[in-house]
Amino acid sequence: MIVRISGEDQYLLPDEDAQRLKELEGAVVSVVDGGREDGFGDAYRAVLDYVRSHGTPIGDDELQSSDVILPPADLTFEEAGREFTGEGLIPD
Amino acid sequence: MAGLTGRMSTVVKAKVSKLLDRAEDPAETLDYSYQKQVEQLQNVKKGIADVVTAKKRLQMQESSLQQSVVKLDTQARQAVSAGQEDLARAALERKNVAQTELQGLDGQVTELEQQQQKLTDSEQKLRAKIEAFRTKKEVIKAQYSAAEAQVRISEAATGVGEQMADVGLAMQRAVDKTENMKARADAVSELEAAGTFDDITALGPGEDDIDRQLKQLSNQPQIDNELAKLKGEIGAGDAPAPSPQIPAQSQAPAPGAPAPDGAEAPGGDGQA
Repeated sequence: MIVRISGEDQYLLPDEDAQRLKELEGAVVSVVDGGREDGFGDAYRAVLDYVRSHGTPIGDDELQSSDVILPPADLTFEEAGREFTGEGLIPD
Repeated sequence: MAGLTGRMSTVVKAKVSKLLDRAEDPAETLDYSYQKQVEQLQNVKKGIADVVTAKKRLQMQESSLQQSVVKLDTQARQAVSAGQEDLARAALERKNVAQTELQGLDGQVTELEQQQQKLTDSEQKLRAKIEAFRTKKEVIKAQYSAAEAQVRISEAATGVGEQMADVGLAMQRAVDKTENMKARADAVSELEAAGTFDDITALGPGEDDIDRQLKQLSNQPQIDNELAKLKGEIGAGDAPAPSPQIPAQSQAPAPGAPAPDGAEAPGGDGQA
């Protein structure tokens, strides 16, 4: 599974990691849905740290598309909220 | 995967497939993709240049404000020495406003530096991918039949396309940040143009108005403290020439009370 952290790198992760990643992402979603801004930074960092520590960076000269694209590390709580309600980081 | 990653992935993929849909003929797709990639690289370079320009503007404002702070501080001291408390207060108010703006600018310059670094990294990554694509496209053209080439081209172009979309996002974020900062830089320019940080000895007819605004902008208790501190410093060190307006007793802290915040003479010469 290839995961991109927007603004950083693409990482190759074992497919088994998908489940754990989903759980970590679920935690971020519930923090945002619950309006708990103070918990957001840690929750989102946990997702990114997991990808960085479990994945192998893909070389800049390799041309592969990602299975999953994560928003940038400096994503704000507000921006995360907009991600969920449809008005994403990248305008259509 | 819904939520956080779902939307982001969907939008990027939509963008990428839009890029790829243009041409039917594989060779044409290849050249078109490459041309698009090179254009995007130029855009990134321009984006970096814009960030650098914005940063330079803020840095110039910073250095001009720093000069104002030094100048106004000197003038406040001179005014205290001469016993002109009102003038000292006016200088300190201006200095206070200048310092506040300075802090704001400082944070923004740091922020822009980070943006610049990010964009530079993104540009290098994109350049590497484009270079890889250029090599690959010649190989594909030479070695594969039309049908097979189509598949391989899609793969390669999608990989680059995703990088392009990602750089596009980084640029958009940088531009948004720069826009916010422009507003602040403009506000500082307006203050400068209004003479807010001007030499207080050269106050023109507009001074009353500026001073009124400054009183609202500056933090009054802080000005009181700073003025008291200056008076303490100057009173304790070199005793100035006889000051006509400030009685000598207001210069040193009262012997009995420690008065750490130095609020010993709130009204200045009012009690003389």
